[in-house]
Amino acid sequence: MYTTEMSKTVKPIEVAEDPALVEAFEARVAADEFIEPKDWMPDAYRKTLVRQISQHAHSEIVGMLPEGNWITRAPSLRRKAILLAKVQDEAGHGLYLYCAAETLGTSREQMIDALHSGKAKYSTIFNYPTLTWADIGAIGWLVDGAAIMNQVPLQRTSYGPYARAMVRVCKEESFHQRQGYEIMIALANGTPEQRRMAQDALNRWWWPSLMMFGPPDDNSPNTERSMRWRIKRETNDELRQKFVDITKPQADYLGLTIPDAALAWNEEKGGHDYGEIDWEEFYAVVRGEGPVARERMEARRKAWDDGAWVRDAAAAHEAKRQAKAAA
Amino acid sequence: MPSLPTIEKDVERHARNAPDGGAFDAPADVHEAAIADYVQRLGDDSLILGQRLSEWCGHAPVLEVDLSLANIALDLIGQATNFLSIAGDADRLAFHRDVLDWKNCWLVEQPNGDFARTMARQFLFSTWQHMLLQRLAESTHEGIAAVAAKAVKEVAYHRELAADWVVRLGDGTDESARRMADGLEWCWRFVPELFEVDETLAGLIERGVAADPRDFADDYRAAIAATLAEANLGQPADQRPILGGRRGHHSEHLGHLLAIMQYLPRTYPQATW
Amino acid sequence: MSDGGQGGHDWPLWEVFVRAKGGLNHRHVGSVHAPDAELAIRHARDTYTRRLEGVSLWVVPSSAITASDPEAAGELFEPAESKVYRHPTFYDIPDVVKHI
Repeated sequence: MYTTEMSKTVKPIEVAEDPALVEAFEARVAADEFIEPKDWMPDAYRKTLVRQISQHAHSEIVGMLPEGNWITRAPSLRRKAILLAKVQDEAGHGLYLYCAAETLGTSREQMIDALHSGKAKYSTIFNYPTLTWADIGAIGWLVDGAAIMNQVPLQRTSYGPYARAMVRVCKEESFHQRQGYEIMIALANGTPEQRRMAQDALNRWWWPSLMMFGPPDDNSPNTERSMRWRIKRETNDELRQKFVDITKPQADYLGLTIPDAALAWNEEKGGHDYGEIDWEEFYAVVRGEGPVARERMEARRKAWDDGAWVRDAAAAHEAKRQAKAAA
Repeated sequence: MPSLPTIEKDVERHARNAPDGGAFDAPADVHEAAIADYVQRLGDDSLILGQRLSEWCGHAPVLEVDLSLANIALDLIGQATNFLSIAGDADRLAFHRDVLDWKNCWLVEQPNGDFARTMARQFLFSTWQHMLLQRLAESTHEGIAAVAAKAVKEVAYHRELAADWVVRLGDGTDESARRMADGLEWCWRFVPELFEVDETLAGLIERGVAADPRDFADDYRAAIAATLAEANLGQPADQRPILGGRRGHHSEHLGHLLAIMQYLPRTYPQATW
Repeated sequence: MSDGGQGGHDWPLWEVFVRAKGGLNHRHVGSVHAPDAELAIRHARDTYTRRLEGVSLWVVPSSAITASDPEAAGELFEPAESKVYRHPTFYDIPDVVKHI
C-alpha cells in the first residue's frame, strides 16, 4: 500500500544489541503489547518504522496533487466541497503520520528533505496522471479502496503512535472510497461520453492499483520480520487477492469491464484468478520513471521552497516577540 | 484608507437601461429581482474567493497552512451554495453564467500571487464580510438572515487568521514585510468597491433586506488600521477606486477562472455528475 | 526552532489536547508544527477539530513535556499493585448491610 516496501533490495541492518533486551522486546510484541516512543526497541525496528511511516506520510502528501488537479474543475458545488474536504483530509493524514514518525527521533524536516532529494519513496500510484473527472471517481474507488485494506489492520500495529494515527486516519477515510464510487455510479449511468470516461479511467487505474500492494510475496524479503513485529498484518499477495475479489462485483454493478482477459472465478481456490502484473513497469515507477513523477516532485519542492520565506517570517516574528517579552 | 467611491454615472445609467437578459430564473417581481441580484453578489463573492483559495490546496508553505486555507475555502463554498440557492439553482448559477452575469467584487477574483498577497486579500475581504454578515443576520429577509447568521462565525475566524498572518508577515523578516506591503498595495484599489451603494442596493437597504456598508466604513477603517499598526506596516497610498464588479464588469482574471471552473458542465451540458 | 531568519526550516512541534465535550478532561490527540502558541491553537483547530471533535484546545510545546522513564516503570508503578486496600472491593461487608 502506501506503506509496502518498494524495493526488493533492502539491506538487513546488523547492529550488536543486548540479546536480553531484544528478547524482552520480541516477547512484548508477540504478546500484542504496544511499544511507545521511549521504550527500548531494536534499531532495525526503529529504522523500518521511520521508513514505513514516512513513506506513508509522503504518499498522502504527494497524493494530494493528482486529486488537487481537479478541485478547481469539479462539476458541481457539492462535488467541489467533497473533493476539497477529501484532499484536505490527506494533508491531515500526512500531518498525523509525520508526527507519529517524529516520535522515533527523525524530524519532519529531515523526512521532507529525504522526499525532495529522491531518497525517500512514496506510493507508485501517484505518479500517474488524472486525465478526466472519472479519474477522481476511480481513485476514490480503487486507490482508496486498496489503501483501506492495508490501513485497517494497521490500527493494531505494534508501535503506539502509529496505531493511534491510523485509528484517526481510518475513521476519516471511511467516506473517501464511498464518494469515489458514487462518482463512478453517476458516470456509469450517465451519457455515452461519461460512460467512456468511466471505462477509460478503470482501464488506466486498474493495474497500477494492483501494483499498490507491492512486489509478490516471494520477492518481498522483509515480510516475515515485519509481520512478526506487527508493522505489517497481511502479505502483499493476500491483500491483492482480497482486493480483486471485492472489486470485481463492484465493477459488475457499474457495468464496467476490468481490463484483464484472464480474470475469472476459480471455484477451487474460492477466489479470482487474474492476469500477470507488469513488474517491470512497477520497478520503473519505483525508480521515479512514472509518467508524471517529475511533475509531482517539482510541485512538492516548489511548494516547500516558495514557503521558506513564510516559515522564516513567522519564526522571526516569534523571536522578536520573545525578545520583547524578555526585555 | 481609500475614500468612498465615486460612482461612474454613465456606466450606472447604462446598466439601468440595459435589458435584464442575463439573469437565470429571472423573477417577475421587481423586489424579487433585486433580492436575487443581491444574494448573487454575496454568493459570488464567497464562491470566487473559495475557488481561488482552493488553488492553494497541495501547494501551501507548510501542511498546517494547507489545512487552514482549505477550511476557509470550504466555508466559502458552503456560503456560496446557501446564498445562491436563494436566487435559484445554485449549480446552474455557478456553472452556467458568463462573466457579465457575475456580481462578485474585483478583490476576490484577484489571482493568489504569493502567500502575502493571498493573506492581504483575505484580510481586507474577511474584515469587510464579517461586518456585513453581522448586520445581515438581522435582515428582514429570513433566508438571508439565516445564511448570514451561520456564516458570521466562520468569517470571524477567517478574519482573525488572516489578521494573524498580516501581523506575522508584516513584522517578520525584511523580505516578508516587503511582500506583505506589496500584497496590500495590490489589493488596496479594490476596497472602495466594497462600500459602493448603487440603486439596487439602496432599495434593498431601504427595505431592511440588505445592510448599508457605509454604516461600518469607519469601523472597517479602524480595524484595518489597528492590524496594520500591529504589523508595523504603513497604510498603502490611496489609489483610484476600481469599480464595476457588481454590474458584471470585471478584470480579465475572472474569465480565466470561469473557464476552468465551468469547463465540465459547459462541455457536457446534458450530463449530471 | 528556526534560526529566526534564514533557511526556511520547519517550525517547532506542539502537543495538542482536545476536550471532546464539557465535563471531560482534555485528552492528547496528536501534534502540530507552529511558530508560536497562537498559531499552534489555530493549526490544532484546523487539523484536529474538523469533525466536531472538540469544544476546547490546549497546546504545549513538545519540548516542555517531561515524561517518566519507561525503565523506571517498575519502581514507579508496581508498588501500587500491593495496595489493594485502596479499592472498595477489598472490604468484606455482609450483603444485608445497605447503603455502604
